[in-house]
Order: sequence, then C-alpha cells, then structure tokens
Amino acid sequence: MTLISFSQVHVGLELPVQEFVFVRADLIKYAGASGDFNIIHWNERVALEVGLPSVIAHGMLTMGTVIRVVTDWLGDPGKVIDYSARFTRPIPVPDSNEGASIKVSAKITELLENDRAVIAISAIHNEVTVLAKTLATVQLAP
Amino acid sequence: MAINPEFIGRTYPPTQVYSVGREKIREFSLALGDLSPCFHVVDSALELGYPDLVAPPTFAVVVTMSANEQVVFDPDLALDYTRVVHGEQRFIAHRPIFAGDELTSTVSVDSIRSAAGNDMITVKTQVHSTSGELVSTVYSLLVSRGVEEVS
Repeated sequence: MTLISFSQVHVGLELPVQEFVFVRADLIKYAGASGDFNIIHWNERVALEVGLPSVIAHGMLTMGTVIRVVTDWLGDPGKVIDYSARFTRPIPVPDSNEGASIKVSAKITELLENDRAVIAISAIHNEVTVLAKTLATVQLAP
Repeated sequence: MAINPEFIGRTYPPTQVYSVGREKIREFSLALGDLSPCFHVVDSALELGYPDLVAPPTFAVVVTMSANEQVVFDPDLALDYTRVVHGEQRFIAHRPIFAGDELTSTVSVDSIRSAAGNDMITVKTQVHSTSGELVSTVYSLLVSRGVEEVS
C-alpha cells in the first residue's frame, strides 16, 4: 500500500465515498469487543421504554466505522493524529437483514505544517446527518 | 440538579495497567468490520514501521473505559447514568497504540456547563505508557439530560 503524500492533495479534494451497514449482530459484536454493554444497544424492549424507535448503534461504533473513509484512502491507519466527532442523531438498527446504512463522504478542508491535513467527514443515515463536526487530522508522507 | 462547577479540575487516581493484546486489537478491528492488514497481521504492521500490531484510531476508548467510569459513577458528582448520553468525543494520538503497550489512564473533569436544562461535563483522560510517555489524550463530553424536558 502506497501512502498518500502531501504533494498529492489539495483543499477540496474529495475522498472515495463509502457505505457501511449495521445489523443487530454488529451491535452485539461491538458491545463485546469494546466492553460497552449499555442496554439500549441490544435490548429492544428497554430501548422502546426509554423512547427510542429501536435499539441504536453505539456512537463509538459509528465513529470507529466512518474513519475508514480516511484510513482506507490513507493506507496507514496509524497516521490519524486527531479525530473528533459530535453525536447528533442516533442510528436505530432494525431487526432486519438490511439493517441500517450510513453513507460516508470526506474532503480535505485545510492543509497544515509538517505535511498534515484536516479532513471533514460527513455521515448520513436516512438523509439525516448522524455525526457533526467530524474532523480527522492526518499525517501524510512528505 | 446542576452539577457543581467546583468539580472542574478534579483528578482521579491512575487506573491499573491495561495490557494491549494482539487478539484484543484484532477483535476490536473485526467488530468495526475493518480488515486493514496492520490491525491483524504483524508483518504488515512491521512493514509500515511499527513495532507490532497497530490499534484502530478509536481503540483508546477501550483503554480509557475504566477511567471514565470513575467519573460517571463518582457519588460526589451524582450523575444519573440513565440520563447520560455521549455528546462528543475526541482522540488525540501523540503516537499510535500498539500491541504490547502497557498503559495507565488518568481522568480529570475538564469543564462543566449547563444549557437548556442539561448538564454538560467534559472529561479528559490522559493515557501514559508505564515508562511515562504520553500516548493519547481523550476528551468525552457527557450530557446529563435535565429531568424536565425543555422543548
């Protein structure tokens, strides 16, 4: 895998769009792997009782997934040096084979010193933005 | 009930050492559906110049969980956990986390503010290696929803 170099990029450059799908089993797997067993991510009865439309994806599952738009493009996931997001809307995950899909796009918004770039990520589920102010600063090759 | 701003700056004791294992990195990456070779194959990580498997960018959430729980379940703060939602998250990687790392997390209350009947508390966690190197700084904004919904 060749790393992206600073000379290859410019402000406004769009990264390849990706679509990700969450099904119920993905929430169970993430709960187990992360240790976040909050009941609203796996028990529909309780999720409905607290006013949610269904069980919802962990915000951190969403955040951990959408960064792949950056890391798959970059070629080295160890070069993300700052990554932040605001959780604006939950992603309900229905009990279906289709699950819930998120469409993720990203573009470079700023170039920094030392061959670094800031990338803004957009994550859309059902035409609604689920993460806001989602920014990744990456270290590019010289 | 608004959280007392006097808690800003409160720092908790460092956590027990978290030993980052290869299988945990693989399991966490698979749970994210991420098959990037440097999360799974040691030789791929070595080719990128790393000492062992690299952890995904959000892996620090696993390492810092017990530190965060010190705040969430602090009886002095008296947060109602059933009303707490995750508002924002930020990971600063001073360097990547690798398999074989031995890490401790030290959490502190960074800021407290109230708006529209909700309490917002920002928790800052610094992750150090046992040799004292700062590896990650993690910020989490927890929102404690007010009992009377303001619409």
